[in-house]
Amino acid sequence: MATPILDLRNIVKAYEKQIAVNRVSFEVPRGSIFGLLGPNGAGKTSLIRIITTITRADEGEVFLDGEKLNSRHPEQIGYMPEERGLYRKMKVGAHLTYLARLKGLSAREAKDKISAWFEKFGIEDWWEKKVEELSKGMQQKIQFIATVVHEPKLLILDEPFSGLDPVNTNLIKSEIHELRDKGVSIIFSTHRMEQVEEICEHIVLINQGENVLEGRMAAVKDKFKENLFQVDYKGALPTDLLAPVSVIEQQPERVVIQVQDESDSNAFLQQLLNRGVQVTAFNEILPTLNDIFIRQVSN
Amino acid sequence: MDKLWLIIKREYLTRVTRRSFILATLLTPLGFAVFFVVVGLIFQYESDEARKIAIIDEGGIFGNTIKDEENLYFKFEDRSLESLRQQFDELEYDGVLVVPAIKDLLSQEHTIYYYAKKQPTLDIESLIRSRVSEQLRDYKIEALELDPKQLQALDTDIELEPEPIDDESEDATKLTGAIAAGIGGIMGVVMYIVVFIYGMMVMRSVMEEKTNRIVEVMISSVRPFQLMLGKIVGVGAVGLTQVAIWAILIPLVVFISTLVFGIDSNTQMEMAQEQPGGMNPEDTQAMVAMALEEFKNQNWWLILPLFIFYFLGGYFLYASLFAAVGSAMGDDLGEGQSLTIPITIPVIIAFYIMIVAIEAPNSSLAVWSSIFPLFAPIVMPARLAFSPPVWEVLLSVVLVAATSVFFVWLSGRIYRVGILLYGKKITLKELGKWMFYSD
Repeated sequence: MATPILDLRNIVKAYEKQIAVNRVSFEVPRGSIFGLLGPNGAGKTSLIRIITTITRADEGEVFLDGEKLNSRHPEQIGYMPEERGLYRKMKVGAHLTYLARLKGLSAREAKDKISAWFEKFGIEDWWEKKVEELSKGMQQKIQFIATVVHEPKLLILDEPFSGLDPVNTNLIKSEIHELRDKGVSIIFSTHRMEQVEEICEHIVLINQGENVLEGRMAAVKDKFKENLFQVDYKGALPTDLLAPVSVIEQQPERVVIQVQDESDSNAFLQQLLNRGVQVTAFNEILPTLNDIFIRQVSN
Repeated sequence: MDKLWLIIKREYLTRVTRRSFILATLLTPLGFAVFFVVVGLIFQYESDEARKIAIIDEGGIFGNTIKDEENLYFKFEDRSLESLRQQFDELEYDGVLVVPAIKDLLSQEHTIYYYAKKQPTLDIESLIRSRVSEQLRDYKIEALELDPKQLQALDTDIELEPEPIDDESEDATKLTGAIAAGIGGIMGVVMYIVVFIYGMMVMRSVMEEKTNRIVEVMISSVRPFQLMLGKIVGVGAVGLTQVAIWAILIPLVVFISTLVFGIDSNTQMEMAQEQPGGMNPEDTQAMVAMALEEFKNQNWWLILPLFIFYFLGGYFLYASLFAAVGSAMGDDLGEGQSLTIPITIPVIIAFYIMIVAIEAPNSSLAVWSSIFPLFAPIVMPARLAFSPPVWEVLLSVVLVAATSVFFVWLSGRIYRVGILLYGKKITLKELGKWMFYSD
């Protein structure tokens, strides 16, 4: 297996009165979109600040692309913090050039790359505009360009869609996918679970500074499934058929059941068909990430 | 280093290209010029209404001669007060001055009368009194048969001429002290303003970055210390630029405006001469020449570099503290005010010590304050023109340099914690703790 783009080993970070991160380890696979989840105050921001070298871990080690984290690494990381802003009085072009040069690009490279992004977003005429003249959504776009302009290996996006309208949300979403396809690894931090479900391939869930859940999205869901099935049918259902299973919910022409074992669902369906029930749909109900999140966090 | 340079460049360029900076830099000298012109005009202003005063010289004190003033004309009248009163309106006099004859030559008081519709204004009153007083003096000298030369000899001007006691001591003229005090005062005040204006500028800018939330984006690319240092150096360069422009423009604009408006220092000297016991013109000219000579004699090759050193040292020392405090402040400027007090108090104390130091530059208060690094940047420049001993200057320079480096480092430790902390009211005690946090 290829070296993971990011490898955290036993990270500990304590502040004066509390432990923000307590022995957290996980790996971010190369070229994936990785969800870093957790309720407010779980330690996500502390972790991100360690990865971006803003702060240092008290204990543990971080490896970026197989190399121990060092002071040259920020140039390979693009970080869009949740609390983000720009210098209001600066012109957009000059601002982006400044941020790009701080990431190690030459003036020439910066100009070329920013121009390419401007062209892509159709905002060529923004170059001479002052940041304060832009709407919040427009500023978010600039922020996104600032995060990716130096072509980082690892992108860390903290609540990237907050404050964006649906059109711009989609735009950024497709950019994220495009970058992933180009091989960029992306850490996506949010507590909007439906977005995670839609975008992320891997997740890690942090609660109270600890790693409580980790893995591929499908595997996580599989792990937490409760063998629930929803059956839609026409006509009536012989009541004795429901005896071996537990009924979770019953509506006219729809029933939700839970079986002991996954294979029991087949037997149940067989029974229905044998007794001439007209089944119109038979689905397994997988837990939503939201359910898993709430269940894990409230435990 | 590259990143630090980028930050310095941005901090500098965004400020000096701002319209408000250009306006402030150019308008301040203009403001000075307007101030000088207005003050000059006010001092120069003499009543512009022409007035005519009749004099009835009952005792023949004036011998029919009296000098007219600008806008003020005297005329001797032989007619009686009564007839003048009756024709007062036709004669177009503003007033009638009656100077009675002197009965007792040895009396020190003499009452004269001014008849008019309106009260005499202050300037007319003082003018008439000084004219009559001079005239009476001459009259009395003659009447008492005194020797005017002997009388003059009674008034002796004392001049104190400082002389070196041996070859090593410095030779000074009587103006050395005054010129040095002038130079010292100006430098002290400039330092005081520099620390406040640009220190506050750094603080506001740090706060702005924090409340703007740009800071987290920035420190994912550069170290917090680089960001802070870049800002301090950038704003310091802005300060140097502004002060340098002012140092050239203010004297220039003031000089030009006095030429254009025809106000020169002679006006004030003339006024001084009019006062009894004032200097005569030759003395004044000699004085100006001596002052210029003294000004030239100052060791500018030492004073100017040292001034720039204290400018930078004092600025770095206080601006870094302001940066640390700015990093701890939230969105609310008022809330952080209490944190700036511990910084502003030493600056204000230093300012007052500086004022005292100009008068007594070698007092132990002045000496020790100009060595104590928190006061030295303001007090020492004020003492420089008084040629303080070399060891004092050296010690002060070393201490200021070391302290400013230490404070920049210390503030960096506070800053890196402060900028990432939101929504918490910070106390001084907490600021102190931050210094010891690990990265």
